[in-house]
Amino acid sequence: MSKRSSSNAGTNGNLLRRPIRRCFPLFILPTFLCFIIGFIWPFLQGIYLSFCNFNTPRDATWVGIQNYVKGFKDPGFINAFKNTAAFAIVSIIIINVLAFTFAYALTQKIKGSNLFRTVFFMPNLIGGVVLGYVWQLIFDAILRRYNTYLTANATYGFWGLVILVAWQQIGYMMIIYIAGLQAVPEDMMEAARIDGANRWQTLIHVTIPNVMPSITICTFLTLTNSFKLFDQNMALTGGAPEMMIAGGKVKMTELLALNIFSTYNINKNWHGVAQAKAVVFFILVAVLAIAQQAATRSKEVQQ
Amino acid sequence: MKERTSTASKVVTCVFVVLCIFWMIPIFEVLINSFKANTFVNTEAFALPNSESFVGWANYIKGMTFGNYPFLKAAGYSLLITVASVALILLCCSMTAWYINRVNSRFAKLFYYLCLFSMIVPFQMVMFTLTFTADNLKLNTPFTIPIVYLGFGAGLAIFMFSGFVKSLPLEIEEAAAIDGCGPIRTFFLVVLPMLKPTLISVGILETMWVWNDYLLPYLVLDRTKYMTIPILVQYLKGSYGTVDLGATMAVIMMSIIPIIVLYLFCQKHIIKGVAAGAVKG
Repeated sequence: MSKRSSSNAGTNGNLLRRPIRRCFPLFILPTFLCFIIGFIWPFLQGIYLSFCNFNTPRDATWVGIQNYVKGFKDPGFINAFKNTAAFAIVSIIIINVLAFTFAYALTQKIKGSNLFRTVFFMPNLIGGVVLGYVWQLIFDAILRRYNTYLTANATYGFWGLVILVAWQQIGYMMIIYIAGLQAVPEDMMEAARIDGANRWQTLIHVTIPNVMPSITICTFLTLTNSFKLFDQNMALTGGAPEMMIAGGKVKMTELLALNIFSTYNINKNWHGVAQAKAVVFFILVAVLAIAQQAATRSKEVQQ
Repeated sequence: MKERTSTASKVVTCVFVVLCIFWMIPIFEVLINSFKANTFVNTEAFALPNSESFVGWANYIKGMTFGNYPFLKAAGYSLLITVASVALILLCCSMTAWYINRVNSRFAKLFYYLCLFSMIVPFQMVMFTLTFTADNLKLNTPFTIPIVYLGFGAGLAIFMFSGFVKSLPLEIEEAAAIDGCGPIRTFFLVVLPMLKPTLISVGILETMWVWNDYLLPYLVLDRTKYMTIPILVQYLKGSYGTVDLGATMAVIMMSIIPIIVLYLFCQKHIIKGVAAGAVKG
């Protein structure tokens, strides 16, 4: 198939291909140079510097895997890893279940569904830093009635962040689910109804298998979003409260991204460790993203 | 039977009305607190402003210059960075995606796979080294930072444009070529107009990213001179937040209002753009 189309393009395609190729310096070179500056070079340098002790790249000295050892021995990093895993699991479930429920209800021809959609989507347009401070005000106002405050207890901080992120992202995922639900073929639903399936059976056996692509996308987005979460975490609690664990100060509500950032800011002896943590973080995110894609794609219905 | 479904849908509507009110509470909270005197923000956050706590526009007037950094300056830089970066990303990435798909050389394929790869790399992986590179190349001003945004954001944009370019029929471009159009004219007069739906959805996703981005400009920009809105909010809350919460709320409100107004005007495009963008992603 691909052979035929390429030979087809060979006779006609050359008509386009050659002249476009001559435009290399205009069409692709500027983007590629920026891509090197903004991605490729920092990425390669990042891997190199994770094996170095450095203040700036110019004074880097090779120290081998010492940074990685130091990173894994840091109780703050281990704690941030546990927090991130717990946070990811909880928020993936909450966001996707609620977003799907909202989307399902809003596609059932109820009055004012456009208005509801507009309202639910709105929090997405506001930046994470601003959202963090807005919710800090709200949580502190509620907790003040019980004579406590948000950063008094790590449990408050954790669930506070879950609520904030759910509030922000449900609308976004809902939009994707609505698009998926509207694409379910009407005749399939009709056939299920004629065969005597009730609402619940139709949902489980017809609707959900057909919106599997949307579920793949939304779980992928919520997974990577919760692993990469930074702004909201920094603004809401900043990692507080702090406790002594295994001989080191540990910020109890810190997630991985924030932990990497604050490790770098301790002092210049920690620059290499922060970069090593960032490499570990990258590998983790990449493996999870690929595994999740492989796992849910296999469940999609062929149409 | 029919009556039963209509009462059920009424119940659902009522549930959603309540949910919507809950959804709006955080923004409403900021609004009412931005009109209160500082001491009342902390102690009575949920109370409406009364004759004792109401201070009129005082918080907003103070917020304009709060923390010795004019709010409008930060808003101006935010706007400049967002508009320039998004325009650059749209132009360069649509051109590159077209080139990659039409030429399909070894280099083009390599670039495309690098783009896919860059999409799974979190910003934390490159943020420290990107800061060094940007400093060395003097990309640390609002006028040059769009180059950094293009570099880091190219992956997703090229991926999305490629998905659409693949579905374009070759015949139209060939007809243009036979009629004597060079590649540059073909792209701008024939291809770009056909790319319009993708331009809108990529544009919306990139705008939401750049406008709200905190970490990249925080690390790359020379912060003594240039602040964007998220950096200003963080700076105010970090160092002045306990000093005057009322004024901080006013600044937060001023940063939210333009986005909400824009959203209400083009929400159809935004919601469509997000849905279309996700289906391709």
